[in-house]
Amino acid sequence: MPILEVENLSVSFKQYTGLKQKTHKVISSLNVTLEAGEILAVVGASGSGKSLLAHAILGILPRNASICGVIKYAGEELTPDRQTVLRGKEIALVPQSVNFLDPLMRVGSQVRTSVKNGDAVSVQREVFERYHLRQEVEKMYPFQLSGGMARRTLLSTAMVSGAKVIIADEPTPGLDPDVIKEALNNFREVADNGCAVMLITHDIESALNIADKIAVFYAGTTVEVAPVENFKGHGEEIRHPYSKALWRALPQNDFIPIPGSQPHPSSLPAGCLFAPRCVMATPECRQVQPEMRKLRGGMVRCIHAT
Amino acid sequence: MRKYIGGKLGLFLLLKGLRMATLLFAICLISFLLIKNSPIDPIQAYIGADMLKVGPEQREKIAEYWGVDQPVMVQFLNWGSALLTGDLGTSMIFRRPVIDIIGERFLNSLALMISAWVLSGMIGFAMGVVAAMKKGTWIDRIIKWYCFTLASTPTFWMGLLILIVFAVWLKWFPFGMGVPAGVLAENVTMVDRINHLILPAITLSIVGVANVALHTRQKLIDVLASDYVLFARARGEQGFVLFWRHGLRNVALPAITLQFAAFSELFGGAVLTEQVFSYPGLGQATVEAGLRGDVPLLLGLVIFSTIFVFVGNLLADLSYRLLDPRMREGRRYDFKPQIKK
Repeated sequence: MPILEVENLSVSFKQYTGLKQKTHKVISSLNVTLEAGEILAVVGASGSGKSLLAHAILGILPRNASICGVIKYAGEELTPDRQTVLRGKEIALVPQSVNFLDPLMRVGSQVRTSVKNGDAVSVQREVFERYHLRQEVEKMYPFQLSGGMARRTLLSTAMVSGAKVIIADEPTPGLDPDVIKEALNNFREVADNGCAVMLITHDIESALNIADKIAVFYAGTTVEVAPVENFKGHGEEIRHPYSKALWRALPQNDFIPIPGSQPHPSSLPAGCLFAPRCVMATPECRQVQPEMRKLRGGMVRCIHAT
Repeated sequence: MRKYIGGKLGLFLLLKGLRMATLLFAICLISFLLIKNSPIDPIQAYIGADMLKVGPEQREKIAEYWGVDQPVMVQFLNWGSALLTGDLGTSMIFRRPVIDIIGERFLNSLALMISAWVLSGMIGFAMGVVAAMKKGTWIDRIIKWYCFTLASTPTFWMGLLILIVFAVWLKWFPFGMGVPAGVLAENVTMVDRINHLILPAITLSIVGVANVALHTRQKLIDVLASDYVLFARARGEQGFVLFWRHGLRNVALPAITLQFAAFSELFGGAVLTEQVFSYPGLGQATVEAGLRGDVPLLLGLVIFSTIFVFVGNLLADLSYRLLDPRMREGRRYDFKPQIKK
């Protein structure tokens, strides 16, 4: 049984322009599932709704946001009340950068506040030792950390909580390759120990190295969920034309970009969201948005996919 | 490392000291010239109503005695060199050394300003915090409305209003002055003094609240929208714990700094409040010195208030340096590799 299921999730924001209230839908029909012991990489361009998915699962969206659809944790629906109880305990976030640490609090204390069971100090020291952080690091303030140290500190906050689901939101931006590799290996290790990891990233290449499954997002929807083994060669085994295009745009593959850009949430096309840029598009594609369907051990949102 | 921080602080204080010296010189020169060119006749101010009994020759003698017949720059140098030896001259209206009067009046004002400073700081901070935590609710709207109203309220008007309500109508407190009238100085008790202090202090703090409250509110709203509060919420923190761990420490520092930097407003407010309540503080002395042409006292007060405001700003700067780890330990990380060598 999957530990985390997201079914047809949509997120909208209420906005006031003057006295008029407007609702912007930024995520529509997102579907992902997460199993214990596996890493699901969520990839897609900026603005495709990756971070919002993380915030929606944790229940930390801003007040003007409203969500539709179902999120289930361990088979039970994740209501706001359950989210309040579970976040930081069963579901932990590994954020993007050192800006997510309180600038005026020593990092050791910040890691300790995440400890839910046992002696906070010894748990924190243990995890620092495990991630090769010297003991004086606990006395430092976030601005004194180097990129790698910050990375390991942020990971520590999730590790000490004993969470079963770890959501890493762009954990490797602007780091040098060694640090990225180390961080990703840490996530692999965590998953091998039985946690479920959702790795949100736009670095497809490194995601492919450690993930078990890849979920591709486009304009606030999932277009494909595929086992990592499908991403090879010229992408013949990839189901959706957008994921195929993403794969082929990588420098080490064909390095062919697709023309056009992702539509803005306020001006989504009718029917399939990718149709305007798709080479396979037919008039039928512009009628209704296709449903997610099972195909060759994965999922795809395309009527032409085979 | 410690030494390095100490050295940095020493340099900082030295530069501030230099700045203070140049500022004081400029202030002295400008206010001296302004007074010199004002219609105040020091001799007339000195003699007062007996002016008619004084002949032109006597006038000249007095002018010679005070040195006001000499060129302006010579007069300035005379005054300046006396100033450097600590001699601020003699007040014409009180017939006592200026320094004594300032000292005595400052003690009275200090009680008023400190109580107003602490009160307005604490109440304002609390109001700002509540408004930000409850942003958009009715309580936030009330606090905001209250602050905007206060921010546009003249101090003297607020003083009059409070005087009318609490002293005249309700008769809870004495109306004005520092001690009860008709009581010998040695019979004045501490309770009497505090009783006379309450209304002016409340006036001064009520007006001072708006600034801190609105600033704290905005700052806390920014903090609550920050990435680190988002992350704290993701780790299960909420409500009061969240505020205590992350809100307070990030908001308190700017609020403290703002309070120190508001010394000038405090002094300005004290001038008006003391006038309304006839409270014998520095502010009232300033008004009297100005109205009655007491040049030595006025200049002494100008210098003193300059130092007072400067010290406030200096404390604001220092509080940042001492309390904010980013300023305090800013160099530690950069320094590490060099220590290893």
